[in-house]
Amino acid sequence: MPKLSAILTLTLSLILGITGVWIAYNVDMLPVSASMNAPVYDELYRVLFIIGCILFIGMTALVIYSLIQFRRRPGETGDGIDLEGNITLEIFWTAVPAIVVLFVGLYSYDIYDRMGGMQPLMHDHSGQMDNQTERVWGGIGSGPIENSSTKNSSSLPIELTAMQFAFIFHYPKGDIISGELHVPVGKEVSLKMESKDVIHAFWVPQFRLKQDVIPGQPTILNFTPTKAGNFPIVCAELCGPYHGGMRSNVIVDEQEDFDTWLKENSKESI
Amino acid sequence: MTISLKPSNSPPEKLQPTGWLKYLSFSLDHKVIGLQYLVCGFLFYLIGGSLAGAIRIELISPISDFMPREVYNQVLTLHGTIMIFLWIVPVVNGAFGNYLIPFYVGARDMAFPRLNAVAFWLIPPSGLMLITSYFINGAAQSGWTAYPPLSITTPAAGQIIWILSVLLLGGSSIFGGINFIATILKLRRPGLKLMQLPMYCWAMLGTSILVVLSTPVLAGTLILLSFDIVAHTGFFNPSLGGNVIVYQHLFWFYSHPAVYIMVLPAFGLVSEILPIHSRKPLFGYTTMVFSIMGIVVLGLVVWAHHMFTSGTPPWMRLFFTIATAFIAVPTGIKFFNWVATLWGGKISLNAAMLFSCGFIINFVLGGITGVALAQVPFDVHVHDTYFVVAHFHYIVYGGSVFVIFSSIYHWFPKFTGKMLNENLGRFHFIITFIGFNLCFAPQHWLGLNGMPRRVAEYDPQFQLINQISSVGALLMALSTLPFLWNILQSILYGEEAGDNPWEALTPEWLTSSPPPVENWEGEAPLVIEPYGYGEKDSNKIQEVMK
Repeated sequence: MPKLSAILTLTLSLILGITGVWIAYNVDMLPVSASMNAPVYDELYRVLFIIGCILFIGMTALVIYSLIQFRRRPGETGDGIDLEGNITLEIFWTAVPAIVVLFVGLYSYDIYDRMGGMQPLMHDHSGQMDNQTERVWGGIGSGPIENSSTKNSSSLPIELTAMQFAFIFHYPKGDIISGELHVPVGKEVSLKMESKDVIHAFWVPQFRLKQDVIPGQPTILNFTPTKAGNFPIVCAELCGPYHGGMRSNVIVDEQEDFDTWLKENSKESI
Repeated sequence: MTISLKPSNSPPEKLQPTGWLKYLSFSLDHKVIGLQYLVCGFLFYLIGGSLAGAIRIELISPISDFMPREVYNQVLTLHGTIMIFLWIVPVVNGAFGNYLIPFYVGARDMAFPRLNAVAFWLIPPSGLMLITSYFINGAAQSGWTAYPPLSITTPAAGQIIWILSVLLLGGSSIFGGINFIATILKLRRPGLKLMQLPMYCWAMLGTSILVVLSTPVLAGTLILLSFDIVAHTGFFNPSLGGNVIVYQHLFWFYSHPAVYIMVLPAFGLVSEILPIHSRKPLFGYTTMVFSIMGIVVLGLVVWAHHMFTSGTPPWMRLFFTIATAFIAVPTGIKFFNWVATLWGGKISLNAAMLFSCGFIINFVLGGITGVALAQVPFDVHVHDTYFVVAHFHYIVYGGSVFVIFSSIYHWFPKFTGKMLNENLGRFHFIITFIGFNLCFAPQHWLGLNGMPRRVAEYDPQFQLINQISSVGALLMALSTLPFLWNILQSILYGEEAGDNPWEALTPEWLTSSPPPVENWEGEAPLVIEPYGYGEKDSNKIQEVMK
């Protein structure tokens, strides 16, 4: 009998695992991915989704099964079995979640690193003191980490000023001021963000990136768009009555179209 | 050491009103205070729920058309504040804690009965003050988090009243916490060891430690914030050289543990309810105790996971990711132990049991999204979106509120001596469970796809899902009706419950229903095996009952 129940448990776990993987690969709940970060994010999302499905379906099934199987039938009296604990089982369900959590933590660290999340830290140690006049900190970076050395020369710097209830973008190159963000596809953009009044947040769901825009403390956000198109910019931090209306667009153009836009709007060339 | 079991300083009984009037008096009886907390909390729940209804009505259409935008922000601020500080925290701690803890430790009252009454009577005035602020000059409108500089720049009157009332409620919470720690550690009946206490005592001990350690930090923070508002100091005001991020650190140092202040007592209550209705011992008592204490310790060092997009330095993001994810381990132990408690039982499918099992299912989903949100890269996309709204409602509504209902069905016979109608209770559970999941499950999708939280207007592509969510909210509102009807019906015409309708072994059932002022006629029973159910000892109940 113990052999039979072991085989049954193994089979059920296997079915559960396959169901989890199947759901995670067939139920797509994410918007279009349009930045270099997005596919990396989606990879993490999928792993979390698989683990989540297995756990949720497994636990729900156990509870429902117990409620049906061990329900008190009409006319039945007496108690359940006298089982106060089982050290082996308890160690098992302490150790397994601990291992899963450790795996998830290490894996998400790896994802974070691939997203360039450790870049600001490296900047701190590389002795670049050029921006010490302002306290530039935080801000999640983007793109492969090996690009960080060439980042300053190749990335497109844009300044973002947030205020109640608008985003204003300023392009130092050409001295352009725009209410919408125009960026070329495939090029790293470096946003330097500051707020005039309260805390706002810059969020592009299709880029899977968000950074608060904080008064008194400039933040940075680097990203590389990978798909041409028109995506929403959403303010994600409660900033006052018109918070819900504080939206803009990021227009990702092909390089030529972006250059044309830059030329047409540039003040310096005129 | 000798401990007097009689409350030495309570006034002669004739000075205290009797009958229903005692519930409106400055009563020192822990049972009266417990029920005062419960009824008062439930009234605030109805108000907070109406505010939630207003939010869901506004969100039926993608434009802001139901109420002015300022009012919408006031409504969402009051909804959050009322539900946390006036409903869940006072009820899972104050109501059930006051009613049950003296029974569980074998005492006749709490350690400090006067402090206890003061703690309760701080709540109604501060709650009323908070609500009336709406009619004075507009209530606070910066969310229950009151992040500066928004809280400094919005109209001052409402924000100051909000701060004052949260300070009073925090004070009430600290008084309660001190009282619980003293009662559990010092008023135990001679012969009763700590490791023989019912699990709810451990949950309340852990919770009270969190309350006493973290609530003063919130109080200090809010006092500084009020200086910024009225005296124009610059602690958190960037235009005067203040730092807005410091506020967030201080605020979340309280407000993350506040989540455990809302769920740990609920964990304790479920640990009492499941063994009784499945007629089995609580599985893994010792690991349950250690996991509660593990959650207490870890709960104090995870606050910055609310600030992953605030520009937190990378090392800090990593530390808080790992600390947060590890809370899943002690929490997971508790859930597996509860399922093991059900396993092989003789389960009565009554309302108390169904709400507790609903809690397990909802909370597992909330816990899974919690571990996901702890991961910095994942959080950076969904932070401050409806994904987070869904997550924490699965924790505090699907978790704590389901347990509150479960506990009311379970202890109502003790409170009143009357039984509730089980069929109506099961009906209440089904409507609540469907309504809750219909309301909040679709919000995960909204958050992932780009709908931020706290908005009165949104991208029209989200309209259908928002409408589904609002239908769920309507069901949740309707589900209150069978519950209220059931309570009313039972108080008036309910079937007599007898002293111990569930044949339970914990001490509150070993006395009359409702219990006498001194809790037991004669000496308090010594219950060293509160979970001694199980087939081997089926005659144990008869023994204890003698």
